[in-house]
Parts: sequence; C-alpha cells; structure tokens
Amino acid sequence: MSEAVEAPVVTARRDHETVRTAVKYALIVAAGIVVWLLPAYVKNEWLVVLMWIMTGAVGAMGLTMLVGQAGQLSLAHTFFLLVGGVAYAVFASKGTSEYIGFGLPTLLSAVLAVLVSAAAGALFAPISGRLRGIYLGVASLSLVFLGFWLANQLPSLAGSASSGRYAPSLNFFGFDFGVQTPSLYVLNVPMGQTERTFWLFAALTAIAYALGRGAMNGRVGRGWRAVRDNEAMAAVMGVSVVRQKAMAFAISSAYAGLAGVMTVWWYSGLMKPDEAVDHGTYSTTVAISFLAMCVIGGLGSLGGSVIGAALVFGLPLALPLIRSEDTVSAGGTAFTPVVITNLIYGALIVLIVIFQPRGLAGLWDRAIRLVRR
Amino acid sequence: MTTFVQAIVNGLGEGAVFALLALGFVIIYKATETVNFAHGSLALFGGYVIYRAKEHLPWFPSVVIGVVAAALLGLLIERLLLSRAKNATPDSLAILTIGVDIVILTEITRRLGTAAAPFLGDPYDSKPMHLFGATVSRTYVVALIVALLLIGLFFAAFRYTNWGLAMRAQAENREASALMGIRSWRVTASAWLVGGGLAGIAVIFLATNDIGGGSGLLASHTVAFAAFPAAVLGGLTSAEGAVVGGLLVGLTDSIASQYVDLNFASVAVYLVMLLVLVVRPAGLFGRVEQARV
Repeated sequence: MSEAVEAPVVTARRDHETVRTAVKYALIVAAGIVVWLLPAYVKNEWLVVLMWIMTGAVGAMGLTMLVGQAGQLSLAHTFFLLVGGVAYAVFASKGTSEYIGFGLPTLLSAVLAVLVSAAAGALFAPISGRLRGIYLGVASLSLVFLGFWLANQLPSLAGSASSGRYAPSLNFFGFDFGVQTPSLYVLNVPMGQTERTFWLFAALTAIAYALGRGAMNGRVGRGWRAVRDNEAMAAVMGVSVVRQKAMAFAISSAYAGLAGVMTVWWYSGLMKPDEAVDHGTYSTTVAISFLAMCVIGGLGSLGGSVIGAALVFGLPLALPLIRSEDTVSAGGTAFTPVVITNLIYGALIVLIVIFQPRGLAGLWDRAIRLVRR
Repeated sequence: MTTFVQAIVNGLGEGAVFALLALGFVIIYKATETVNFAHGSLALFGGYVIYRAKEHLPWFPSVVIGVVAAALLGLLIERLLLSRAKNATPDSLAILTIGVDIVILTEITRRLGTAAAPFLGDPYDSKPMHLFGATVSRTYVVALIVALLLIGLFFAAFRYTNWGLAMRAQAENREASALMGIRSWRVTASAWLVGGGLAGIAVIFLATNDIGGGSGLLASHTVAFAAFPAAVLGGLTSAEGAVVGGLLVGLTDSIASQYVDLNFASVAVYLVMLLVLVVRPAGLFGRVEQARV
C-alpha cells in the first residue's frame, strides 16, 4: 500500500525549481519508506495513537478547507463523521435480523460511504448558502443534535448506543487489513491488523492531503477564497457563490465521511452511536475539538491541521503511554490525560488567536523565512 | 389539561432562564460583535463559587458572591483577552471564547470531580406547588418571576440611563459614538460585566433538580447550551429577540419532552431554530446586514 503514499503531489512547476521538485520527490519516497518500515520498529500502542491522529487529521483537513478557505463556520463536522461511519457499516456488513446491511465489497462500501457523506453535506446547502458566520455555526450545530437523535432512534442502522454494531475491515483486492493470522513479514515482524491498518491510514491521509492541496491551489480554491473574502465581489467576478458554498460543504463532508469510516476501522469495526449529545465520539465536544485543531494548526492550512490533530487527538492517548500510570484509580479530581489535553489546547486556542492568528503553520512559515534569509 | 398547564409553566420558567442567558449573550454581541461561546462557562463558574461559598455562608449571601464572581470573570475575559486581540476578526474572537470555555469547563469539572453533584436552588428546588389546578415545580415559577423582573430592569436601564444610551449608540455606530465622547472600552467592559452577572443568576435555576436534572451543577453547562439557539433564533442584535427566543426555546423544549420524549426535546429546539433561520436568516428580530459593493 505504500505506492499510494508515494503518489506525486501535483504542483505547478517553475523553470528554475527543478532541483526543489527533485528534493520534494525524494522526500516523498523517503516518507513512503519510513511509513512502510515504521510498524516493524514502533510498538502497537503507539501505532494506534498515530492512527487516531491521522483520523483526526483527515477530518480536520476537511474542516480547515471549509472554515479557512471557504469562510464557512461549521460545528457539524462530527455529524458527517457519523453519517460516514453508519453508511460504511450499513453497506459493508451483512444484514441480520437485528441490523440492516447490504454486504457489499468493503472497498466499494468505503467509497459509497464517503459519497453519502458528501451528499449529506450538499443537502445542507440550501441552509448553509443562506446563513453567514456565527448564524451558520449555530445552525450547523443542530445537525449534531439531529444526528445524535436519529442514531439513537434507528439502532437497526447505527447500532444500539450501548453495544453498537460491527462492520468488516477493508479488503483491498485480496489484501485483508483485518487479518488475524498474518502471513506477511517486514524485517521478520509479522504485519497483523494494527500494522496493516496503519499503512492504510497513512495512505489515506496522504491521498487526502494531496487532493486537498490540489483543490486549494487550483480554480476551486481560488473560488472559495473569493467567496470568503467578499461574496458580492466574488459574484461580480463571475464566481457562482451558491455553487462554491455548496461544493465546499460537500467536499468538507466527504473528508469527514472518510474520517468516519476510519473511525470505524480504528475501533476494529465497531460502530457505536453516543449515549449523550455532548459526550462521545460524535458529540458536540468533538465537533468543537475539530474546530480547535484547525485553529491551532492555522485556519486553512492542511499541514497545520495534522499538527492540530496530533495535539488534540494524539495527546490524550499519548500521555498515559508516556507517564504509564494508572489513571483510573487516581480519583475524581486528578489531572487525567484528557484534562491536561483540554487545558493545553484551550489555552493554545486563546494564545493563538491573540498572538499568532495564522496558527502553528504561520509560526512554521516564519521560522522558514528566518533560515532562508 | 393539567398536563398542558404543567408543560406551559415549565416551558415559561425554563424559557425565562434561557432568556436571561440569551440576553447576556446579546448584550455582549451588541457591544463587541463577539459571540461569547464561554457563556455557559460563566454560568458554571458562578455556580461553582456559590457552591463553595455555601459551605461557609447562608444561601443568599453565597448567591450574591457567585453572581459578582461571574460578572467579574466576564469583565476579566474582556479586559485581559479580547481587548488584547485588536486585529482579530469577530469570528476568530468567537473561537477565542471557545478556548476560554474549554479551559474553564475542564477545570471546574475536574474540581467537582466524581463527588456528589451540587445543587444551588435551596429555597425552591424540589418543592411542588399548586397553580391553576395543576401541580408545578416551584423552581419554574420563581425563575419566571425573577427573570421577568431582571429583564424589565434591564430594558428600563437600556432605555432611560446614560449607560443604556451609550450602549445603544455604540451598537448603532462604533466610530460615531467614539467621536461623540463615549468611552468605547467602558461600554464593552460593562456589557461583559452585565452578561456575566446574568449568567451567574441563571445558574441558580439551572443547577436544580427541576431544570438541570440529577447531575445538578455539572449539567448546567449542557443545559445552558440552549441559550445559543435562543439568541440566534431571536436575532443576535436584538435584546427583545433574546427574550422571545428564550421563551420559545423553553416552550418548545418542555412541550416536546412532555408530548414526544426527552431526547427529541433538544432536537426540536434546534429544528425550530433551523426553520426560523431558513425563513429569516438573521433571526426573528435581527438586523439584516446589507452588502455594499
């Protein structure tokens, strides 16, 4: 699967930049090799953390394009995650008396799930096109409430809120990502479910990044930024405001849908709706976390959203591995990893808005400029 | 019929609390064009201070201390954080308040820990009373009366005092009012002070068995979330809209939970808001922004 990681990033090339392009390709190949070998060296529990970061990163990329590039504030991202996850579970798993399922091939199901999420985003267009700024933000929040209620009303689709339902893992033209008795070895390390899913997630993240970059650097991205900066001006310049807004929402939802499918895979196939609207995988809290990732990384920056995901999604999982202490028995008022993470990223949001509006990506650009000149 | 009276009284009482929160929200928005996502946390903080103060003092002085604390926290957020980010757009200031909200919510939830949930409505909580032949919870009635008094007081101040005049002038045109000698920072700071104080009062009704439910103060942040649809529904620029929106949200919530089910109630609130926004994108009473080319 590392071939997909090495897929070239499409960029406009200037004459004197051939050296830089060569360096870029070399870096991409090197990154592919690193990803290929990483499962052989890194412990499984760290791979799981990396995978969760990549899930968050794919979702955050979609949101950062919507908020940062197209200028539409959305707090509904987890709703589209839920749609993607449920759609995958329904398409991929076989139907039983308890759950509806079509038993389609898993790859096709994943693609369909992403398309269903995109369609759900496009369906929201009549509302998202009319509203602006904070009105849109609160209006989109209603989708999360709606999703929570629907998922709990329809356990035959989404699985029950107490135990959930299971969906099969991906089978990529015979390469089974959920294999139980691995026959593939890298450096004499067996590549089981976790290792294989890690490759899959790395490939998906790379593809999502490449596609997002392509969209942002091209005509689509210019249209979004025109709408973001001044709708009236964009309309005068011949950009269809309604279409651009709908497209931004659909593409962002497609990313969220992919992140939703990845979430199901990350939970080893478990699709379980939340038991409370502000607590759980698809809750309002996580919807706000996604926004936090985008802000911390720098609104509109794809690379920044990866950093944001590493902080917001990675930290609560990584901290217990670093400190390796029993947090369950630590009592009610302890600084648990989640508490520490929340305090850090809450404070980071405040500091970034005040001091560095372009986020960590802006800091990075500044650092680069210091070195270059 | 008694069920209906119950639903209406509950809805109006709950709605009055939402109206208090939404009013503070709108006051802050009018003065600073910032949507304060930390509004639930202001309420939570006030509630926490009341809870701590109640360990040493009787109920009423504790409430006064808590309300003052919430008001001061609002003031601090504005003075220390928002006023420093001069170049930020209103949208990124809203995101800043999300950061503040996360920090306060996390810290207070941690402090409250897994101990028994605190309740703050001592004089009226869980004490049913009879009204129009129906049995209703006293909390709703007290909430409605207190909220109506405060809202009346606010509108009178808004209409007849110098402070109200300054607020209205600044909301109308910030530069012109500054040129007329109105101190912009005072208006902004006082708006946050009032908003925080109202949130601090709202929490003594939220953190009760009747409205907040079994988890008391811990649930109040979640319940206070309904103030956002209330304010947006009424229109963010309109104080009257906040009151109407609050009552509408309260009534929708209580009627839906009475006649459909509890889970649908919170969805119903948002569905009503969506419907209103589709027809009137700036809310019921909101000012429609005109685009100039």
